[in-house]
Amino acid sequence: MHTHAKTLSEAQLLKRLRRCFQHGDRPWQGILITISILIMVLILAIGWMLWRESADARSLFGLKFLLPTSDASWDPVNDHFQAWPFIFGTLLTSLVAILLALPISLGIAIFLAELCPEWLRLPLNWLVELLAAIPSVVYGLWGIFVFLPLVVAPVGQALANTLGHIPGLGLLFTGPMPQSGSSRLGAALILTIMIIPTITAVTRDVLLAIPNHQREASLAIGATQWETIWQVVLPYSLSGILGAVILGLGRALGETMAVTMVIGNSIEGTPSLLRPGYTMASVIANEFAEAVTKLHTQALIEVGLVLFFITLLLNMIAQLLVWRVARRTPQEARA
Amino acid sequence: MVGNHTHSTPELVMKMEIRNLSAFYGKFRALTDINLEMYANRITAIIGPSGCGKSTLLRSFNHMNDLTPNARVEGKILLDGADINSEHVDVVDVRRRIGMVFQRPNPFPKSIYDNVAYGPRLYGIRRKADLDELVEKSIRQAALWDEVKDKLHRSALALSGGQQQRLCIARALAVEPEVIVMDEPASALDPISTLRIEELMHDIVKDYTIVIVTHNMQQAARVSDFTAMMMIDENLSGRMIEYDRTEVIFTRPKDKRTEDYVTGRFG
Amino acid sequence: MTRFQQLIAKNQAALSTHRKTVNVVMLSLTGLLTLLALIPLFWIIGYVVYRGGKSINLDFFFHLPRPLGMAGGGVLHAIEGTLVVTLLAAVFAIPPGVLAAFYAVRNPNTPLGVALRFSTDVLSGVPSIVIGLFAYAIMVKPMGHYSGLAGGVALAILMLPTIIRTTEEMLKLVPHALYEGSLALGAPEWKTSLSVIFPAALNGVITGFLLAIARAAGETAPLLFTTLGNERYDIMGIIRNGILQHQSFFQIFGRLVNQPVDSLPLTLWKYAQQPYPERIDQAWAVALVLMILVLLINIFARLWIETRKRRLQG
Repeated sequence: MHTHAKTLSEAQLLKRLRRCFQHGDRPWQGILITISILIMVLILAIGWMLWRESADARSLFGLKFLLPTSDASWDPVNDHFQAWPFIFGTLLTSLVAILLALPISLGIAIFLAELCPEWLRLPLNWLVELLAAIPSVVYGLWGIFVFLPLVVAPVGQALANTLGHIPGLGLLFTGPMPQSGSSRLGAALILTIMIIPTITAVTRDVLLAIPNHQREASLAIGATQWETIWQVVLPYSLSGILGAVILGLGRALGETMAVTMVIGNSIEGTPSLLRPGYTMASVIANEFAEAVTKLHTQALIEVGLVLFFITLLLNMIAQLLVWRVARRTPQEARA
Repeated sequence: MVGNHTHSTPELVMKMEIRNLSAFYGKFRALTDINLEMYANRITAIIGPSGCGKSTLLRSFNHMNDLTPNARVEGKILLDGADINSEHVDVVDVRRRIGMVFQRPNPFPKSIYDNVAYGPRLYGIRRKADLDELVEKSIRQAALWDEVKDKLHRSALALSGGQQQRLCIARALAVEPEVIVMDEPASALDPISTLRIEELMHDIVKDYTIVIVTHNMQQAARVSDFTAMMMIDENLSGRMIEYDRTEVIFTRPKDKRTEDYVTGRFG
Repeated sequence: MTRFQQLIAKNQAALSTHRKTVNVVMLSLTGLLTLLALIPLFWIIGYVVYRGGKSINLDFFFHLPRPLGMAGGGVLHAIEGTLVVTLLAAVFAIPPGVLAAFYAVRNPNTPLGVALRFSTDVLSGVPSIVIGLFAYAIMVKPMGHYSGLAGGVALAILMLPTIIRTTEEMLKLVPHALYEGSLALGAPEWKTSLSVIFPAALNGVITGFLLAIARAAGETAPLLFTTLGNERYDIMGIIRNGILQHQSFFQIFGRLVNQPVDSLPLTLWKYAQQPYPERIDQAWAVALVLMILVLLINIFARLWIETRKRRLQG
């Protein structure tokens, strides 16, 4: 009887101790879960806020806001807002940037992942990442006073002289470039520099994740190193590279300051790269703080909403692609 | 069943000769003073406990060690009398002449056809008829044709482990090497697949010289004409202990360490 | 001759040379492209140092701006603004970021864990100007005025994904045995996380904070319509006045953050657009200060993590 009572109280004591510790644990878990949910909700909140704050503009302009109608213009004085000129500017500059950045980034990633001697790898990775660390405004300042006059203007001139005469494609390369060099071409070229680190880093990681036995199989047959890279390594990593490109595209679409400072910020009829342009991010940056009418503010927020959705979509696709590659090549990675 | 196949060349003809080969990874000496002869149209087995450098030796034949930083191979590797370990050798060509099959099957994530056609395409063979012919020939030699002839354009990764390994053999055969080195080709496979590969080896040895590394002594006894025994010395460096006809190694070896190993006393 | 040998017999030598040439050319090309990408890096840094260095002096760091035409004047307001807003952002972003990272590390496979990681990655892709709009909508509009607080919130959202990701990676590096040992001794989960795991990962985690801060310090777009800019921002003045007028800590603090604030990137942006050479010179000087700040933090953070890593492995 006695011993039985003793063991009971011991068991009770242990139970109470356990509950005590669990008490500490449950609120802890609760905090963690709450914070995590809040962060997930944040994205939804951003979308929702943008949606709500652009309600009037959306109901007024409807789908016409986005479409390339013949009278697409942005007129704060007369309260007429259509975002197509900015959408066009954003898409053109970003796509050109991707077109130029892709081969360069691919080359750099191949060098870093396949060819670079061990001792050089870390410093080079740092340097490429440093390109991404330079603030956007600094790119813009250098863009205005150095890059535009010294690189963009001559390149634009050369393009106008050569490609400007081709029917069709020449439309992109016509029209005199402003003396300052402010142009869509300038924006596209600066964007190229700015997204190279993004595409390179992701591609490099994708390449490094490819198991070495694939390279060995190819080399053992008598393929050269380049043939191995081109015919075995790259095809194996295509979806990951696509993900990298999409991530780069997302970055280009949202880039604000550097683009605003070199693109000229004007809406014009011609689609030419050599003329000044305007992007979605730029118009928000330039006009928001001074928007007087409520409709103007709402229209700008609607532009932000469009930008948000496009980058959101691209990012999700990119994550799925990169995630898929990471799942396909598990443990056997290169050193 | 020791080397029980009819030889296409009854006299021994030297195909590859290793003289005083040493291999280094940085400062570490992985192989010391290896001497070995491999005869044409014969199967030479290299046996020994794990870690004694058998793979390193094999990989130095076709310069696969070049992929490892700080790897260095000294000594002579003579293929038909010419040293392929010299500085001026065309590595790409050596790798075609010495084909390699790896321990784990490593087919490309392409179709069966494209896997085998990979090599010939590198050499400029483009016509479909030519490729079809070469692909079929190689897959037949690898004893895989009946199983895949209807699904050549399906992914190679859908095959079983044993089939994938035979596919890798077919892929290596497609560029018609002279020597085929196999690094424990059946160790990751089930017994039936293993047997299939051993039969395959018997069939193709009339056209090729085969060197196989194996830790399975019964396999070495079954399959090879010559056997080389390797072990690590006190400096953890691999050495060639004994090398002779297979029947000699397994019935009356000269070195006690060989005897201990083949009778299963250790290793 | 075998069929294969037949097929490759003709032009074998030419093909072989061709393959080797292509190999050398393409491999060299990748090296060249790497060098090409580094040219803008050195060009920008070099030019900013050159051009900015010419206009920098001690005045620059310790004085408020003077009207055009008057000599001297600096960007003290911007430096202080950057400090305040970045500090606020760090305070807002670090605690939730770290907590979220704890959850992600412990529960990588639960639906919430997967969703959290996915959301974090997606959040990192939202353009900074959109985040500025969001901060405007939830802070500036209801409050009725621009403020450093709103800017801090905007930058915090920007920093959050970086902090979560790097903290999570650093926590993962802590040996599992440490976690199990602490639990086996009877310590509750929260105590284990905070007193055992987190300190073990501290070096790497701090690196993550530094990198996030460096990024936030260089951002302009989110501040355009949250902090707006304030050429008379003067921390010392505010604090001095507050003490003289016997204001409470909260009142002083409120005055520090609850008004428009400037920052280095904002100032650069404004000055770069003005048609006055003196302002342009100052813009270059600001660029130099900003770049030094950002790059130094970056380099320091990476060196820190590399030496710590080497010590762990060594």
